[in-house]
Amino acid sequence: MLQSEFITSSIGKKIVIAVTGLFLFGFVIGHLAGNLLIFAGPDALNSYARKLRDLAPLVWSARFVLLASVVFHIWTSILLTIENRAARPIGYEVRKTIQTSIAARTMMLSGLVILAFIIYHLLHFTFRVTHPEISHLTDSLGRHDVYSMVVLSFQKVYISAVYGIAMTLLCLHLAHGASSWLQTLGWNNERTQPLFVRISAAVSLLILIGYVSIPISVLCGVVK
Amino acid sequence: MNFTLKVWRQKNRNIKGKLETYGAEEISSDISFLEMLDQVNENLAARGIEPIAFDHDCREGICGSCSLTLNGIPHGPERGTTVCQLHMRHFKDGETITIEPWRAKPFPVVKDLVVDRNAFDRIIQAGGYISVSTGGAPDGNAIPIAKEKADRAMDAAQCIGCGACAAACPNASAMLFVASKVSHLALLPQGAIERERRARNMVKQMDAEGFGNCTNHFECEAACPKEISVAFIAKLNREYVRAYVK
Ligand code: HEM
Ligand code: FES
Repeated sequence: MLQSEFITSSIGKKIVIAVTGLFLFGFVIGHLAGNLLIFAGPDALNSYARKLRDLAPLVWSARFVLLASVVFHIWTSILLTIENRAARPIGYEVRKTIQTSIAARTMMLSGLVILAFIIYHLLHFTFRVTHPEISHLTDSLGRHDVYSMVVLSFQKVYISAVYGIAMTLLCLHLAHGASSWLQTLGWNNERTQPLFVRISAAVSLLILIGYVSIPISVLCGVVK
Repeated sequence: MNFTLKVWRQKNRNIKGKLETYGAEEISSDISFLEMLDQVNENLAARGIEPIAFDHDCREGICGSCSLTLNGIPHGPERGTTVCQLHMRHFKDGETITIEPWRAKPFPVVKDLVVDRNAFDRIIQAGGYISVSTGGAPDGNAIPIAKEKADRAMDAAQCIGCGACAAACPNASAMLFVASKVSHLALLPQGAIERERRARNMVKQMDAEGFGNCTNHFECEAACPKEISVAFIAKLNREYVRAYVK
Protein backbone atom coordinates (compact mmCIF):
# COMPACT_ATOMS: atom_id res chain seq x y z
CA MET A 1 0.00 0.00 0.00
CA LEU A 2 2.60 2.49 1.14
CA GLN A 3 4.97 1.14 -1.51
CA SER A 4 2.48 1.68 -4.30
CA GLU A 5 1.88 5.22 -3.04
CA PHE A 6 5.62 5.82 -3.30
CA ILE A 7 6.10 4.31 -6.73
CA THR A 8 3.13 6.09 -8.32
CA SER A 9 4.06 9.50 -6.88
CA SER A 10 5.87 12.07 -8.99
CA ILE A 11 9.10 11.60 -7.04
CA GLY A 12 8.73 7.81 -6.98
CA LYS A 13 8.44 7.72 -10.76
CA LYS A 14 11.52 9.85 -11.14
CA ILE A 15 13.42 7.51 -8.86
CA VAL A 16 12.40 4.51 -10.96
CA ILE A 17 13.72 6.30 -14.05
CA ALA A 18 16.93 7.25 -12.26
CA VAL A 19 17.69 3.77 -10.89
CA THR A 20 16.87 1.96 -14.13
CA GLY A 21 18.76 4.64 -16.08
CA LEU A 22 21.72 4.07 -13.82
CA PHE A 23 21.75 0.32 -14.60
CA LEU A 24 21.59 1.12 -18.31
CA PHE A 25 24.35 3.70 -17.89
CA GLY A 26 26.51 1.05 -16.19
CA PHE A 27 25.84 -1.32 -19.08
CA VAL A 28 26.76 1.34 -21.64
CA ILE A 29 30.16 1.76 -19.98
CA GLY A 30 30.80 -1.97 -19.50
CA HIS A 31 29.73 -2.75 -23.04
CA LEU A 32 32.06 -0.08 -24.40
CA ALA A 33 35.00 -1.53 -22.48
CA GLY A 34 34.30 -4.96 -24.00
CA ASN A 35 33.86 -3.55 -27.51
CA LEU A 36 37.15 -1.67 -27.40
CA LEU A 37 38.88 -5.07 -27.30
CA ILE A 38 38.48 -4.95 -31.05
CA PHE A 39 41.61 -2.79 -31.11
CA ALA A 40 43.49 -5.66 -29.45
CA GLY A 41 42.79 -7.84 -32.48
CA PRO A 42 40.54 -10.74 -33.52
CA ASP A 43 41.78 -13.17 -30.90
CA ALA A 44 41.11 -10.84 -27.98
CA LEU A 45 37.58 -9.99 -29.10
CA ASN A 46 36.58 -13.52 -30.07
CA SER A 47 37.89 -15.07 -26.88
CA TYR A 48 36.12 -12.37 -24.86
CA ALA A 49 32.88 -13.26 -26.67
CA ARG A 50 33.50 -16.94 -25.95
CA LYS A 51 34.15 -16.21 -22.26
CA LEU A 52 30.87 -14.31 -22.04
CA ARG A 53 29.10 -17.34 -23.48
CA ASP A 54 30.77 -19.60 -20.93
CA LEU A 55 29.54 -17.32 -18.16
CA ALA A 56 25.97 -17.90 -19.33
CA PRO A 57 24.17 -17.81 -15.94
CA LEU A 58 25.82 -14.53 -15.04
CA VAL A 59 25.21 -13.05 -18.45
CA TRP A 60 21.59 -14.11 -18.37
CA SER A 61 21.02 -12.51 -14.97
CA ALA A 62 22.57 -9.30 -16.25
CA ARG A 63 20.39 -9.47 -19.35
CA PHE A 64 17.32 -9.97 -17.21
CA VAL A 65 18.13 -6.90 -15.10
CA LEU A 66 18.81 -4.86 -18.23
CA LEU A 67 15.61 -5.95 -19.94
CA ALA A 68 13.58 -5.11 -16.84
CA SER A 69 15.40 -1.77 -16.64
CA VAL A 70 14.61 -0.94 -20.26
CA VAL A 71 10.95 -1.83 -19.78
CA PHE A 72 10.49 0.14 -16.56
CA HIS A 73 12.63 3.05 -17.73
CA ILE A 74 10.56 3.50 -20.87
CA TRP A 75 7.19 2.76 -19.34
CA THR A 76 7.73 5.22 -16.51
CA SER A 77 9.15 7.87 -18.88
CA ILE A 78 6.06 7.63 -21.04
CA LEU A 79 3.75 8.01 -18.02
CA LEU A 80 5.81 10.95 -16.86
CA THR A 81 5.70 12.65 -20.25
CA ILE A 82 1.94 12.22 -20.59
CA GLU A 83 1.38 13.76 -17.14
CA ASN A 84 3.77 16.59 -17.88
CA ARG A 85 1.97 17.47 -21.10
CA ALA A 86 -1.37 17.41 -19.27
CA ALA A 87 -0.04 19.76 -16.58
CA ARG A 88 0.01 22.65 -19.07
CA PRO A 89 -3.03 22.35 -21.34
CA ILE A 90 -2.74 25.98 -22.48
CA GLY A 91 0.81 26.94 -23.34
CA TYR A 92 2.52 30.30 -23.58
CA GLU A 93 2.24 32.31 -26.80
CA VAL A 94 5.85 33.37 -26.32
CA ARG A 95 7.94 30.36 -25.38
CA LYS A 96 11.29 30.92 -23.83
CA THR A 97 13.61 28.96 -21.57
CA ILE A 98 16.31 30.41 -19.37
CA GLN A 99 18.84 27.78 -18.38
CA THR A 100 17.72 24.32 -19.44
CA SER A 101 19.64 22.42 -22.13
CA ILE A 102 18.74 20.94 -25.50
CA ALA A 103 19.64 17.54 -24.06
CA ALA A 104 17.12 17.93 -21.23
CA ARG A 105 14.37 19.06 -23.57
CA THR A 106 14.81 16.18 -26.01
CA MET A 107 15.03 13.24 -23.58
CA MET A 108 11.95 11.54 -25.01
CA LEU A 109 13.15 11.97 -28.60
CA SER A 110 16.69 10.75 -27.91
CA GLY A 111 15.23 7.93 -25.82
CA LEU A 112 12.93 6.69 -28.57
CA VAL A 113 15.73 6.78 -31.14
CA ILE A 114 17.89 4.76 -28.72
CA LEU A 115 15.03 2.27 -28.32
CA ALA A 116 14.75 1.83 -32.09
CA PHE A 117 18.49 1.41 -32.24
CA ILE A 118 18.54 -1.18 -29.43
CA ILE A 119 16.04 -3.29 -31.40
CA TYR A 120 18.06 -3.01 -34.61
CA HIS A 121 21.32 -3.64 -32.81
CA LEU A 122 20.02 -6.84 -31.18
CA LEU A 123 18.72 -8.09 -34.53
CA HIS A 124 22.05 -7.23 -36.09
CA PHE A 125 24.66 -8.62 -33.69
CA THR A 126 22.79 -10.69 -31.08
CA PHE A 127 20.10 -12.53 -33.04
CA ARG A 128 22.08 -12.07 -36.28
CA VAL A 129 19.10 -11.86 -38.58
CA THR A 130 19.74 -8.63 -40.50
CA HIS A 131 23.03 -9.62 -42.18
CA PRO A 132 23.21 -13.43 -41.98
CA GLU A 133 25.89 -13.63 -44.72
CA ILE A 134 28.52 -11.99 -42.50
CA SER A 135 27.33 -12.81 -39.01
CA HIS A 136 27.67 -16.56 -38.83
CA LEU A 137 31.38 -16.94 -39.61
CA THR A 138 33.74 -18.91 -37.38
CA ASP A 139 37.43 -18.26 -36.77
CA SER A 140 40.29 -20.80 -37.05
CA LEU A 141 39.69 -21.98 -33.48
CA GLY A 142 36.08 -22.75 -34.30
CA ARG A 143 34.75 -19.80 -32.24
CA HIS A 144 32.08 -17.44 -33.50
CA ASP A 145 34.06 -14.81 -35.44
CA VAL A 146 32.70 -11.68 -33.81
CA TYR A 147 35.64 -9.65 -35.08
CA SER A 148 34.91 -10.32 -38.75
CA MET A 149 31.22 -9.80 -38.21
CA VAL A 150 31.85 -6.32 -36.80
CA VAL A 151 34.47 -5.33 -39.36
CA LEU A 152 32.51 -6.55 -42.38
CA SER A 153 29.38 -4.79 -41.05
CA PHE A 154 31.02 -1.44 -40.46
CA GLN A 155 32.67 -1.52 -43.88
CA LYS A 156 29.16 -0.81 -45.14
CA VAL A 157 28.87 2.96 -44.81
CA TYR A 158 25.13 2.98 -44.08
CA ILE A 159 25.54 0.61 -41.15
CA SER A 160 28.32 2.76 -39.71
CA ALA A 161 26.12 5.82 -40.22
CA VAL A 162 23.22 4.24 -38.31
CA TYR A 163 25.54 3.43 -35.42
CA GLY A 164 27.07 6.91 -35.51
CA ILE A 165 23.69 8.65 -35.35
CA ALA A 166 22.41 6.37 -32.59
CA MET A 167 25.53 6.93 -30.49
CA THR A 168 25.25 10.70 -30.94
CA LEU A 169 21.72 10.59 -29.55
CA LEU A 170 22.84 8.30 -26.73
CA CYS A 171 25.49 10.90 -25.93
CA LEU A 172 22.80 13.60 -25.89
CA HIS A 173 20.56 11.49 -23.63
CA LEU A 174 23.42 10.91 -21.21
CA ALA A 175 24.55 14.53 -21.30
CA HIS A 176 21.41 15.20 -19.25
CA GLY A 177 20.88 11.76 -17.72
CA ALA A 178 24.38 11.24 -16.34
CA SER A 179 23.99 14.15 -13.91
CA SER A 180 20.21 14.19 -13.62
CA TRP A 181 20.05 10.92 -11.67
CA LEU A 182 22.22 12.39 -8.91
CA GLN A 183 19.72 15.20 -8.41
CA THR A 184 16.78 12.79 -8.55
CA LEU A 185 18.28 10.54 -5.90
CA GLY A 186 19.00 13.62 -3.81
CA TRP A 187 22.80 13.42 -3.96
CA ASN A 188 23.32 16.97 -5.05
CA ASN A 189 23.81 20.45 -3.64
CA GLU A 190 24.89 23.92 -4.82
CA ARG A 191 28.57 22.98 -4.80
CA THR A 192 28.29 19.64 -6.58
CA GLN A 193 25.74 20.76 -9.18
CA PRO A 194 28.04 22.63 -11.62
CA LEU A 195 30.66 19.93 -11.15
CA PHE A 196 28.22 17.10 -11.96
CA VAL A 197 27.03 18.92 -15.07
CA ARG A 198 30.57 19.20 -16.40
CA ILE A 199 31.53 15.63 -15.52
CA SER A 200 28.34 14.34 -17.11
CA ALA A 201 29.03 16.25 -20.35
CA ALA A 202 32.60 14.95 -20.43
CA VAL A 203 31.63 11.34 -19.68
CA SER A 204 28.93 11.28 -22.36
CA LEU A 205 31.36 12.78 -24.88
CA LEU A 206 33.96 10.13 -24.01
CA ILE A 207 31.31 7.43 -24.44
CA LEU A 208 30.45 8.85 -27.88
CA ILE A 209 34.12 8.97 -28.91
CA GLY A 210 34.70 5.45 -27.61
CA TYR A 211 31.79 3.90 -29.48
CA VAL A 212 32.19 5.72 -32.80
CA SER A 213 35.94 5.09 -32.83
CA ILE A 214 35.08 1.52 -33.89
CA PRO A 215 33.11 2.17 -37.11
CA ILE A 216 35.43 5.09 -37.94
CA SER A 217 38.52 2.90 -37.57
CA VAL A 218 36.92 0.26 -39.75
CA LEU A 219 35.94 2.79 -42.41
CA CYS A 220 39.47 4.27 -42.42
CA GLY A 221 40.93 0.80 -42.70
CA VAL A 222 42.78 1.02 -39.39
CA VAL A 223 40.86 -2.03 -38.20
CA LYS A 224 40.35 -4.67 -40.88
CA MET B 1 9.65 55.52 -23.07
CA ASN B 2 7.08 53.87 -25.35
CA PHE B 3 6.10 50.23 -25.52
CA THR B 4 3.74 47.97 -27.41
CA LEU B 5 1.98 45.59 -25.04
CA LYS B 6 0.39 42.32 -26.10
CA VAL B 7 -1.80 41.42 -23.17
CA TRP B 8 -3.77 38.24 -22.46
CA ARG B 9 -7.41 39.24 -22.07
CA GLN B 10 -9.93 36.73 -20.80
CA LYS B 11 -13.36 37.62 -19.38
CA ASN B 12 -13.65 34.69 -16.97
CA ARG B 13 -12.70 31.07 -16.35
CA ASN B 14 -14.97 29.72 -19.06
CA ILE B 15 -14.55 32.08 -21.98
CA LYS B 16 -11.47 31.60 -24.16
CA GLY B 17 -9.00 34.44 -24.02
CA LYS B 18 -6.68 36.03 -26.56
CA LEU B 19 -3.85 38.52 -26.83
CA GLU B 20 -4.84 42.18 -27.37
CA THR B 21 -2.41 44.89 -28.39
CA TYR B 22 -2.20 48.20 -26.53
CA GLY B 23 0.23 51.09 -26.63
CA ALA B 24 2.01 52.29 -23.48
CA GLU B 25 3.20 55.84 -24.14
CA GLU B 26 5.32 58.33 -22.20
CA ILE B 27 6.37 55.83 -19.58
CA SER B 28 9.03 56.92 -17.09
CA SER B 29 12.01 54.57 -16.97
CA ASP B 30 11.92 54.77 -13.16
CA ILE B 31 8.50 53.29 -12.58
CA SER B 32 7.82 49.63 -11.95
CA PHE B 33 6.15 47.29 -14.38
CA LEU B 34 2.94 47.35 -12.35
CA GLU B 35 2.93 51.14 -12.21
CA MET B 36 3.27 51.11 -15.98
CA LEU B 37 0.20 48.86 -16.14
CA ASP B 38 -1.65 51.25 -13.79
CA GLN B 39 -0.93 54.05 -16.24
CA VAL B 40 -2.10 51.96 -19.20
CA ASN B 41 -5.26 51.05 -17.28
CA GLU B 42 -6.08 54.71 -16.62
CA ASN B 43 -5.86 55.33 -20.33
CA LEU B 44 -8.00 52.31 -21.13
CA ALA B 45 -10.64 53.39 -18.59
CA ALA B 46 -10.69 56.89 -20.06
CA ARG B 47 -11.34 55.35 -23.47
CA GLY B 48 -14.15 53.20 -22.08
CA ILE B 49 -12.18 49.95 -22.33
CA GLU B 50 -12.20 47.60 -19.35
CA PRO B 51 -8.87 47.88 -17.48
CA ILE B 52 -6.49 44.92 -17.47
CA ALA B 53 -6.93 42.74 -14.36
CA PHE B 54 -3.70 41.66 -12.67
CA ASP B 55 -2.76 40.47 -9.18
CA HIS B 56 -0.70 42.59 -6.79
CA ASP B 57 -0.57 43.54 -3.16
CA CYS B 58 2.64 44.61 -1.41
CA ARG B 59 4.49 45.87 -4.48
CA GLU B 60 7.71 45.41 -2.57
CA GLY B 61 8.57 41.85 -3.54
CA ILE B 62 7.47 40.04 -0.41
CA CYS B 63 3.85 38.95 -0.74
CA GLY B 64 4.05 36.82 -3.86
CA SER B 65 0.84 38.17 -5.39
CA CYS B 66 2.19 39.61 -8.62
CA SER B 67 2.29 36.96 -11.28
CA LEU B 68 3.00 38.08 -14.83
CA THR B 69 4.89 36.22 -17.51
CA LEU B 70 6.77 38.73 -19.65
CA ASN B 71 7.98 37.56 -23.05
CA GLY B 72 7.78 33.96 -21.85
CA ILE B 73 9.60 34.47 -18.55
CA PRO B 74 7.73 34.55 -15.22
CA HIS B 75 8.48 37.85 -13.42
CA GLY B 76 10.33 39.08 -16.52
CA PRO B 77 13.95 39.29 -17.56
CA GLU B 78 15.68 40.38 -14.33
CA ARG B 79 16.98 37.55 -12.14
CA GLY B 80 15.85 37.49 -8.54
CA THR B 81 13.20 40.16 -9.04
CA THR B 82 9.42 40.05 -8.71
CA VAL B 83 7.56 41.81 -11.48
CA CYS B 84 6.41 44.48 -8.99
CA GLN B 85 10.06 45.33 -8.36
CA LEU B 86 11.00 45.28 -12.03
CA HIS B 87 11.65 48.74 -13.43
CA MET B 88 10.93 49.85 -16.95
CA ARG B 89 14.57 50.83 -17.49
CA HIS B 90 15.30 47.14 -17.98
CA PHE B 91 13.38 47.24 -21.26
CA LYS B 92 14.37 48.87 -24.52
CA ASP B 93 12.44 51.90 -25.70
CA GLY B 94 9.96 50.81 -28.37
CA GLU B 95 10.06 47.18 -27.27
CA THR B 96 7.07 44.87 -27.68
CA ILE B 97 6.27 43.09 -24.41
CA THR B 98 3.93 40.10 -24.35
CA ILE B 99 2.20 39.71 -20.98
CA GLU B 100 0.63 36.36 -20.13
CA PRO B 101 -0.70 34.77 -16.95
CA TRP B 102 0.99 31.83 -15.19
CA ARG B 103 0.32 28.74 -17.26
CA ALA B 104 -0.36 25.48 -15.44
CA LYS B 105 -3.45 23.31 -15.18
CA PRO B 106 -3.71 23.80 -11.39
CA PHE B 107 -3.56 27.62 -11.92
CA PRO B 108 -6.73 28.34 -13.92
CA VAL B 109 -7.14 31.88 -15.23
CA VAL B 110 -9.80 33.78 -13.27
CA LYS B 111 -9.66 36.90 -15.40
CA ASP B 112 -7.07 38.40 -17.78
CA LEU B 113 -3.75 37.97 -15.98
CA VAL B 114 -5.15 36.79 -12.65
CA VAL B 115 -4.87 33.08 -11.89
CA ASP B 116 -6.32 31.02 -9.06
CA ARG B 117 -3.44 29.83 -6.88
CA ASN B 118 -5.47 28.02 -4.24
CA ALA B 119 -3.67 24.84 -5.27
CA PHE B 120 -0.62 26.15 -3.38
CA ASP B 121 -2.74 26.86 -0.30
CA ARG B 122 -4.08 23.32 -0.38
CA ILE B 123 -0.52 21.98 -0.56
CA ILE B 124 0.35 24.05 2.52
CA GLN B 125 -2.76 22.78 4.27
CA ALA B 126 -1.57 19.23 3.59
CA GLY B 127 1.46 19.70 5.84
CA GLY B 128 3.29 22.99 5.38
CA TYR B 129 3.02 23.90 9.04
CA ILE B 130 4.11 22.69 12.46
CA SER B 131 1.58 21.44 14.99
CA VAL B 132 2.03 23.25 18.32
CA SER B 133 -0.12 23.58 21.38
CA THR B 134 -1.55 27.02 21.85
CA GLY B 135 -0.48 29.10 24.82
CA GLY B 136 2.05 31.78 25.60
CA ALA B 137 4.80 32.37 23.09
CA PRO B 138 7.94 30.42 24.06
CA ASP B 139 11.11 32.29 24.93
CA GLY B 140 13.17 33.33 21.96
CA ASN B 141 16.29 31.15 21.61
CA ALA B 142 14.86 28.61 24.09
CA ILE B 143 15.77 25.95 21.55
CA PRO B 144 19.35 26.40 20.38
CA ILE B 145 19.77 26.03 16.62
CA ALA B 146 23.17 25.97 14.92
CA LYS B 147 23.78 29.09 12.85
CA GLU B 148 24.43 27.08 9.69
CA LYS B 149 21.17 25.20 10.04
CA ALA B 150 19.22 28.35 10.75
CA ASP B 151 20.76 30.05 7.72
CA ARG B 152 19.95 27.10 5.49
CA ALA B 153 16.38 26.98 6.75
CA MET B 154 16.06 30.71 6.07
CA ASP B 155 17.36 30.26 2.52
CA ALA B 156 14.44 27.91 1.91
CA ALA B 157 12.02 30.06 3.88
CA GLN B 158 12.54 32.92 1.44
CA CYS B 159 9.88 31.34 -0.78
CA ILE B 160 6.97 33.76 -1.14
CA GLY B 161 4.73 31.16 -2.81
CA CYS B 162 4.24 33.20 -5.97
CA GLY B 163 4.12 30.17 -8.27
CA ALA B 164 6.76 31.36 -10.74
CA CYS B 165 8.54 27.99 -10.38
CA ALA B 166 5.55 26.07 -11.70
CA ALA B 167 4.88 28.75 -14.31
CA ALA B 168 8.48 28.53 -15.59
CA CYS B 169 8.84 24.74 -15.50
CA PRO B 170 8.44 23.09 -18.92
CA ASN B 171 6.46 20.41 -17.07
CA ALA B 172 4.52 22.84 -14.84
CA SER B 173 6.02 21.14 -11.79
CA ALA B 174 5.70 22.76 -8.38
CA MET B 175 8.70 20.95 -6.91
CA LEU B 176 10.69 24.06 -5.99
CA PHE B 177 7.77 25.44 -3.98
CA VAL B 178 7.16 22.17 -2.15
CA ALA B 179 10.91 21.63 -1.71
CA SER B 180 11.29 25.05 -0.09
CA LYS B 181 8.50 24.44 2.40
CA VAL B 182 9.53 20.87 3.23
CA SER B 183 13.22 21.80 3.59
CA HIS B 184 12.62 24.94 5.61
CA LEU B 185 10.58 23.07 8.22
CA ALA B 186 12.59 19.84 8.23
CA LEU B 187 15.78 21.75 9.01
CA LEU B 188 14.44 23.25 12.24
CA PRO B 189 13.89 21.20 15.41
CA GLN B 190 10.29 22.42 15.72
CA GLY B 191 9.47 21.18 12.24
CA ALA B 192 11.64 18.07 12.17
CA ILE B 193 9.19 16.09 14.30
CA GLU B 194 6.64 15.89 11.51
CA ARG B 195 9.07 15.80 8.59
CA GLU B 196 8.13 12.37 7.24
CA ARG B 197 4.40 12.93 7.35
CA ARG B 198 4.84 16.41 5.89
CA ALA B 199 6.94 15.24 2.94
CA ARG B 200 4.49 12.45 2.13
CA ASN B 201 1.35 14.56 2.38
CA MET B 202 2.62 17.66 0.61
CA VAL B 203 3.91 15.63 -2.34
CA LYS B 204 0.65 13.70 -2.46
CA GLN B 205 -1.32 16.95 -2.60
CA MET B 206 1.05 18.43 -5.19
CA ASP B 207 0.44 15.40 -7.43
CA ALA B 208 -3.31 15.46 -6.81
CA GLU B 209 -3.48 19.10 -7.91
CA GLY B 210 -2.16 18.08 -11.32
CA PHE B 211 1.28 19.69 -11.32
CA GLY B 212 3.82 17.97 -13.58
CA ASN B 213 6.88 15.92 -12.62
CA CYS B 214 10.31 17.48 -12.21
CA THR B 215 12.77 16.47 -14.92
CA ASN B 216 15.62 18.64 -13.71
CA HIS B 217 15.47 21.48 -16.22
CA PHE B 218 16.11 23.94 -13.36
CA GLU B 219 14.02 26.66 -15.02
CA CYS B 220 12.31 27.17 -11.64
CA GLU B 221 15.53 28.27 -9.98
CA ALA B 222 16.23 30.72 -12.81
CA ALA B 223 12.75 32.24 -12.60
CA CYS B 224 12.45 32.29 -8.79
CA PRO B 225 12.38 35.90 -7.58
CA LYS B 226 14.07 34.72 -4.39
CA GLU B 227 16.66 32.65 -6.27
CA ILE B 228 15.95 29.53 -4.26
CA SER B 229 18.34 26.78 -5.25
CA VAL B 230 17.32 23.48 -6.84
CA ALA B 231 19.55 21.89 -4.19
CA PHE B 232 16.37 22.03 -2.09
CA ILE B 233 14.66 19.81 -4.68
CA ALA B 234 17.44 17.27 -4.14
CA LYS B 235 16.72 17.63 -0.43
CA LEU B 236 13.00 17.07 -1.00
CA ASN B 237 13.82 13.90 -2.95
CA ARG B 238 15.89 12.71 0.02
CA GLU B 239 13.19 13.66 2.51
CA TYR B 240 10.62 11.81 0.45
CA VAL B 241 12.63 8.59 0.28
CA ARG B 242 13.35 8.88 3.99
CA ALA B 243 9.64 9.20 4.71
CA TYR B 244 9.03 5.76 3.20
CA VAL B 245 12.07 3.84 4.38
CA LYS B 246 11.77 5.03 7.95
C1 HEM C 1 21.01 2.79 -23.17
C2 HEM C 1 19.89 3.32 -22.95
C3 HEM C 1 19.56 4.38 -21.92
C4 HEM C 1 20.30 4.93 -20.91
C5 HEM C 1 21.73 4.61 -20.53
C6 HEM C 1 19.47 5.91 -20.24
C7 HEM C 1 19.86 6.67 -19.14
C8 HEM C 1 19.09 7.60 -18.49
C9 HEM C 1 19.44 8.29 -17.29
C10 HEM C 1 20.73 8.10 -16.50
C11 HEM C 1 18.40 9.14 -16.99
C12 HEM C 1 18.34 10.12 -15.84
C13 HEM C 1 17.36 9.78 -14.79
C14 HEM C 1 17.05 10.98 -13.93
O1 HEM C 1 16.72 12.03 -14.43
O2 HEM C 1 17.14 10.86 -12.73
C15 HEM C 1 17.41 8.99 -18.01
C16 HEM C 1 16.21 9.69 -18.06
C17 HEM C 1 15.26 9.50 -19.02
N1 HEM C 1 15.26 8.57 -20.05
FE1 HEM C 1 16.74 7.27 -20.45
N2 HEM C 1 18.25 5.97 -20.84
C18 HEM C 1 18.26 5.05 -21.88
C19 HEM C 1 17.22 4.74 -22.75
C20 HEM C 1 16.03 5.44 -22.80
C21 HEM C 1 14.94 5.12 -23.69
C22 HEM C 1 14.95 4.00 -24.69
C23 HEM C 1 13.96 6.07 -23.43
C24 HEM C 1 12.60 6.30 -24.04
C25 HEM C 1 11.93 5.62 -24.84
C26 HEM C 1 14.42 6.93 -22.39
C27 HEM C 1 13.71 8.00 -21.89
C28 HEM C 1 14.11 8.75 -20.80
C29 HEM C 1 13.33 9.84 -20.25
C30 HEM C 1 12.01 10.41 -20.78
C31 HEM C 1 14.04 10.29 -19.12
C32 HEM C 1 13.60 11.36 -18.13
C33 HEM C 1 14.01 12.67 -18.62
C34 HEM C 1 14.41 13.59 -17.53
O3 HEM C 1 14.52 13.22 -16.39
O4 HEM C 1 14.67 14.72 -17.90
N3 HEM C 1 15.68 6.52 -22.01
N4 HEM C 1 17.82 8.03 -18.92
S1 FES D 1 3.08 42.52 -5.34
FE1 FES D 1 3.84 41.55 -3.55
S2 FES D 1 5.53 40.47 -4.37
FE2 FES D 1 4.91 41.61 -6.08
